[in-house]
Amino acid sequence: MSVATKPAPPAGASSLAQNQLPRYTTQLVLVLSIAAGAGLSALFGGFSIVSFAVLSVLAFLVVNTVLSGVVEGRRKAKDKLVTGLVYTAFGIALVPLVSVIWSVVDNGMARFSIDFLTTSMRNVTGLNDQQALEGTAPFIGGAYHAILGTFLITGLATVISVPIGLLTSVYLVEYGRGRLAKAITFFVDVMTGIPSIVAGLFAAALFAVLFGVGTRNGFAGAVALSVLMIPVVVRSSEEMLRIVPNELREAAYALGVPKWRTIVRVVIPTAISGIASGVTLAIARVVGETAPLIVTAGFTSSINNNPFSDWMMSLPAYVYSQAMRPLSGSSPQPSFDRAWAAALTLILIVMLLNLVARLIARLFAPKTGR
Amino acid sequence: MSKRIDVGDLNVYYGSFLAVEGVSMAIEPRSVTAFIGPSGCGKSTFIRTLNRMHEVIPGARVQGKVLLDGEDLYGPNVDPVTVRRQVGMVFQRPNPFPTMSIRDNVLAGMKLNSTRLSRNDAKDIVERSLRGANLWNEVKDRLDKPGSGLSGGQQQRLCIARAIAVQPDVLLMDEPCSALDPISTLAIEDLIGELKKNYTIVIVTHNMQQAARVSDRTAFFNIAGTGKPGKLIEMDDTTKIFTNPTVKATEDYVSGRFG
Ligand SMILES: Nc1ncnc2c1ncn2[C@@H]1O[C@H](COP(=O)(O)OP(=O)(O)OP(=O)(O)O)[C@@H](O)[C@H]1O
Ligand SMILES: [Mg+2]
Repeated sequence: MSVATKPAPPAGASSLAQNQLPRYTTQLVLVLSIAAGAGLSALFGGFSIVSFAVLSVLAFLVVNTVLSGVVEGRRKAKDKLVTGLVYTAFGIALVPLVSVIWSVVDNGMARFSIDFLTTSMRNVTGLNDQQALEGTAPFIGGAYHAILGTFLITGLATVISVPIGLLTSVYLVEYGRGRLAKAITFFVDVMTGIPSIVAGLFAAALFAVLFGVGTRNGFAGAVALSVLMIPVVVRSSEEMLRIVPNELREAAYALGVPKWRTIVRVVIPTAISGIASGVTLAIARVVGETAPLIVTAGFTSSINNNPFSDWMMSLPAYVYSQAMRPLSGSSPQPSFDRAWAAALTLILIVMLLNLVARLIARLFAPKTGR
Repeated sequence: MSKRIDVGDLNVYYGSFLAVEGVSMAIEPRSVTAFIGPSGCGKSTFIRTLNRMHEVIPGARVQGKVLLDGEDLYGPNVDPVTVRRQVGMVFQRPNPFPTMSIRDNVLAGMKLNSTRLSRNDAKDIVERSLRGANLWNEVKDRLDKPGSGLSGGQQQRLCIARAIAVQPDVLLMDEPCSALDPISTLAIEDLIGELKKNYTIVIVTHNMQQAARVSDRTAFFNIAGTGKPGKLIEMDDTTKIFTNPTVKATEDYVSGRFG
């Protein structure tokens, strides 16, 4: 081992200290690169957002790395390069998300209002839209019936899926050994991959057999969504139950508590926060399903609050019908606006569900601290 | 309350692996019995067969007899749940229920079994058990706080309180102090001295001084080599084991000249 590779520190300096760029260097380089990126982009073939972003990022990565390499040494330079790349990747990942949200909010705000949330499409025709465009009548028609339908259908789907999913995962974690458990796990995995339209056709076929061909109602939609939800619930609850420490189960057994009580009173409560947020995310996942609802619940323009009879509208189906089949062929813009507003509503619901999931996780989490 | 245990020619298997072979011993009521021996010799395996806790592990099974005051734990129609209500256990790592308050942790044995308790009874049990576990003064003002907010030593004493709250006849302790500082250890050793007045206590420990301090009788387990079954080498009064054991291996082990 030779120690000669390391230059002796200058007298008086600490052997631990080394050259370091001032802390604000990175920020400074960033600002300068952005400026340079803007300039370069303007120089070569006119300013454009894309070339501006690409050039700025490149300039920043090169300058920051080289500068650090010269002053601070290889290790720090590598660190800065990789940090820069990670941030860049993060930024790129954010682009589609932000642009989706942006376009939905931008287009959706045109018709999004209390009125939109509280009225249905009953008796709204293309004529109304034309008059509204000419300015002789107000814009009317909302998505209340679709929002109601979405809540009823996903609510029912949740009521069906959570007990089945939770009990399956309890079986897999606490009881399942051998062939049967393996088979269940396999089928759950297969179910996770089922295309949603297949789930819809399955439910439609099931109801056709049970109640006659062409039966469409909210409940059929809920069954279709359950087919999609159950595997997600099984998987997420299984994960959560598995991370409950075995010691807690043993502690309960050692107190003379039977296994089923241990599961109900110790294991599930300990995992409940994870299970609940898993369920909420599963709901968020199916609330936007379109295809299975179109083939099972159908379309309607009026309010139907009985999921067991007659067609029922849902938000995704509403978006689909407004966008693809505008009320007035000659002046489709009001229908497009309604589609966007409904999409915005859907995104808000999903965001709300995500927030609820976090809240639930926080609320149910085992308490620590004094 | 306290009961005697007689073990007759017990073999313990994990699947086809014979982990403990041919153990016979008698454990007197109202006494402390210590199990010592090198790591992997089957102390935990054996102690868990005394309340059928090994059955929690898939594939684990026993041959032989364990009699609790003459009644066979492994007889036909014996429910392990009933056995565990009479033979309590404290584990190496403190494991209070994280979802429960300190009070509920103490009452866990009743609460989890949905036993009906009047408020007064519950209060009495909590106080009696926590006093019994030397924890009352430290937690009496925060009974509604979560049990996981206690220090490790306090958590372990909480687990002991939880175990004695259901008034078992026998208390098994598998290295109850190995995660604790000397002061908490001392507190628990004092506690064992107290508990022995009412319970039969079996304790596994790697600490010779501890075995010498707390136990009346000591059992030394050993294995011939990896993959071989653990065996009971010698069991006698603690003073005899530590001063004048009959078997050479015991002497080597307790005097630290082992391996
Ligand atoms: N769950 C299990 N499955 C299979 N074998 C096991 C299991 N638990 C323990 N064993 C084996 O049984 C033997 C005895 O283990 P045991 O845990 O009883 O030892 P111990 O004396 O308690 O050791 P220590 O002092 O380290 O706690 C070991 O060979 C171990 O590998
Ligand atoms: Mg052990």
